Amino acid sequence: MGTGTETETAEAGVLPGGLRSTTARAVAWSAGLGVVLVVVVFASAAIGPVSLSLPVVAKASLNAVAIPAGVSLTAATVGLGDATTTLPVPDLSYTYPFAFQVDGTAETIVRRVRLPRIALGVVVGFALASAGTVMQGFFRNPMADPSIVGVSSGAAVGAVATIALSVSLPFGIQGAAFIGALVAAFAVYLIATEDRRTPVATLLLAGVAVQTFLGAVVSYLLLRAGESVEQALYWLMGRLHTATWTDVEATLPVAAVCFAVLLAHTRDLNVLLLGEEDAHTLGIEVERTKRVLLAVSSIVTAAAVAVAGVIGFVGLVVPHMLRLVVGPDHRVLLPTSAIAGGAFLVATDTLARAGPAELPVGIVTAALGAPFFLYLLVTREVHSL
Amino acid sequence: MTGDADRRSADDAAEADSLVDVRGVTVGYGSDPVLSGVSLSVERDELVGLVGPNGAGKTTLLKAINGVLDPDEGRVLVDGDDVHDLSSRAASRRVATVPQDTTVAFEFPVEAVVEMGRTPYHGRVRRDPDAAEAVERALDRTETTRFRDRTVGSLSGGERQRVVLARALAQGTPALVLDEPTASLDINHQVRTLALVRELTREGRGALAAIHDLDLAARFCDRIAVLADGTLQAVGPPETVLTGERVAAAFDTAAAVVPSPVTGTPTVTPLSDASADADSGVPVGEGESKRPGPLVESDPCVHVAGTGQTAARAVAALSAAGATVTAGVFPAEGLAAGVAREHGVDPVVAPPFAPLDAEAEASAREQLGGADVAVLAGRAPPSVRALVRDHDAVVRVTDPEAGTDPGGDASTVATASPATVVETVARVEGSRLPADD
Repeated sequence: MGTGTETETAEAGVLPGGLRSTTARAVAWSAGLGVVLVVVVFASAAIGPVSLSLPVVAKASLNAVAIPAGVSLTAATVGLGDATTTLPVPDLSYTYPFAFQVDGTAETIVRRVRLPRIALGVVVGFALASAGTVMQGFFRNPMADPSIVGVSSGAAVGAVATIALSVSLPFGIQGAAFIGALVAAFAVYLIATEDRRTPVATLLLAGVAVQTFLGAVVSYLLLRAGESVEQALYWLMGRLHTATWTDVEATLPVAAVCFAVLLAHTRDLNVLLLGEEDAHTLGIEVERTKRVLLAVSSIVTAAAVAVAGVIGFVGLVVPHMLRLVVGPDHRVLLPTSAIAGGAFLVATDTLARAGPAELPVGIVTAALGAPFFLYLLVTREVHSL
Repeated sequence: MTGDADRRSADDAAEADSLVDVRGVTVGYGSDPVLSGVSLSVERDELVGLVGPNGAGKTTLLKAINGVLDPDEGRVLVDGDDVHDLSSRAASRRVATVPQDTTVAFEFPVEAVVEMGRTPYHGRVRRDPDAAEAVERALDRTETTRFRDRTVGSLSGGERQRVVLARALAQGTPALVLDEPTASLDINHQVRTLALVRELTREGRGALAAIHDLDLAARFCDRIAVLADGTLQAVGPPETVLTGERVAAAFDTAAAVVPSPVTGTPTVTPLSDASADADSGVPVGEGESKRPGPLVESDPCVHVAGTGQTAARAVAALSAAGATVTAGVFPAEGLAAGVAREHGVDPVVAPPFAPLDAEAEASAREQLGGADVAVLAGRAPPSVRALVRDHDAVVRVTDPEAGTDPGGDASTVATASPATVVETVARVEGSRLPADD
């Protein structure tokens, strides 16, 4: 092979200049936004009916920092109707590195009431913004958001059916929503796939059609819901006020693993932006990459929606805002969007619960996000990816 | 690459010499094949030009070679292996593509786009250690280094085309396929781009480029492949493949192919409706039977002087109509001279824009003396006009595009169509005969 000299003469160990700066940019921006996130978390933990001083909040929050120390299996009894069964459930034990002296009431408010909600907000915002970034790049469509392939409507059917029909499921409303979300996404994928190829345009249209159909199902279920209609509506609007540490424990690992997989595909996502044929000639296994991206972003969205309900606009607006700031390179855009998504959702949820009457956070994100998006649109800041 | 060698079947090894080997490929979108039974090879050190009319399947063939389209029948071997058996990662280390459509809405910096050419060498986590150097070299060779930090969206179409070429270069592949690489470039960059591609092939690469401009294809390509009606019509060196006849058949228009006075390679000039006119001849008079050449019977000797397309068409029409044609003075190496030679006429030629030398003037005068009718077609220098004016039966043909009258005070003026040239010549010639008797 006399033609291989191009690639063989380069000195080993020389990092491409572009890569160095890209990694550096990603780390710098993520660190900066990480600081913002921490500030937002502390501020949010201090705000509420009982005002707490920041030092108290900081100490109490740090006391809540837990590091998983071990896993043990415990038996849990679950029931479905009359039948009960015992399942082994993994149980994490934690060590707490901090032990500050804090007033007991303040610590309870921060650790039991505010922090679970804040932590879940961070995780859900992180998950939705990650999925949104990937979906927009994947569909090469600025209006794409995590629910585009029917994930949210599938979750809604699962959750509302459980609530309205008063089914007692071993895995709860969250489990039903999670399963509904994945079933809907998989159905959309199957409908749009022909001959092992999944054109994104078909996927988009199939997603819209399935969403519409599932919307009808949800409406019907709401009519039948009777007294539980309020609970169902709250779920549909997206809310964090029911947050528990268990929700965080269930969602965080899913979000972390999915994020890692997506992060490993950011270069492929960049190349996919050139178009699928170009991506193919640049060595991307297009259909396989699309399947991975679709599956992983559906799972991370499903995990978020299952615990928080349908929270709109986080996955749509946050990636656009960050794209304006850091540019289109997904290696920088994905981590920064994810962190910003966490901060955004915590901030909006703080607003949602700070008012005289608590609002579902989904109302606040949409009410703030939509006008902001329109502003970007009118000022022509957002017109493409 | 011993592993690859092992995987080759004995059948493949027999022709493993070719870098790209397209064997009997039938391919298309859906049920209707765009191409059927196309076989073509591209060697290392070779630039092959792919020409043909719009919709002939040039892009389709390129997509079958770079692995985007799976052939319905046949195989495409690149470096000995069927490209459709390779992973797209492996295939993209062998074939790099410069696509036709480079207008994608994205705001990546140039350097990042060129760096995407290294995609097949990056691991999921491990980075390609050679990326920086390959990117630098690709930017340098395509002269895009100076806008490396600008976004692709801010570049002109031509600059963007070079960035995409740089991306393909960064891929470091032995084979290159290019789809209209010069389509959006100015003439300077057309020439520089194709010169670069040819230079790359001299370093051991093989390249197949779809090129619309036949002159450029003839000038830069080692071989030309003519694609029309879904099949390969001809492959070979430009001089043998690009003939007026073949271009006419492939592109469905008459064309004159003459060597360029500058580069010596064939240049192709489409001749509007000349072939149709020459085939049908002039409308013959009432009662007369249709004959292929209205001038065959009388076989007049017609001398054509002038320049350009008008003179070329007059020569073509008159000789098709059956006249014995002599020609000159034509500009040396011009279109008219080339077309005359294609029709077996040896024209008197002189260097363009130079005073007429005595030898050429004498030959032209001699030929004019033997001619029944003289035709002055298109613009002509005063010295040539003066020569023709001495003849007693002159037909002037104005240049239909420029609308210029060649000047002179001769008897008849025919316009525009070569058909009317033949008709007018016949009339002039007929009216002249009794006077001679």
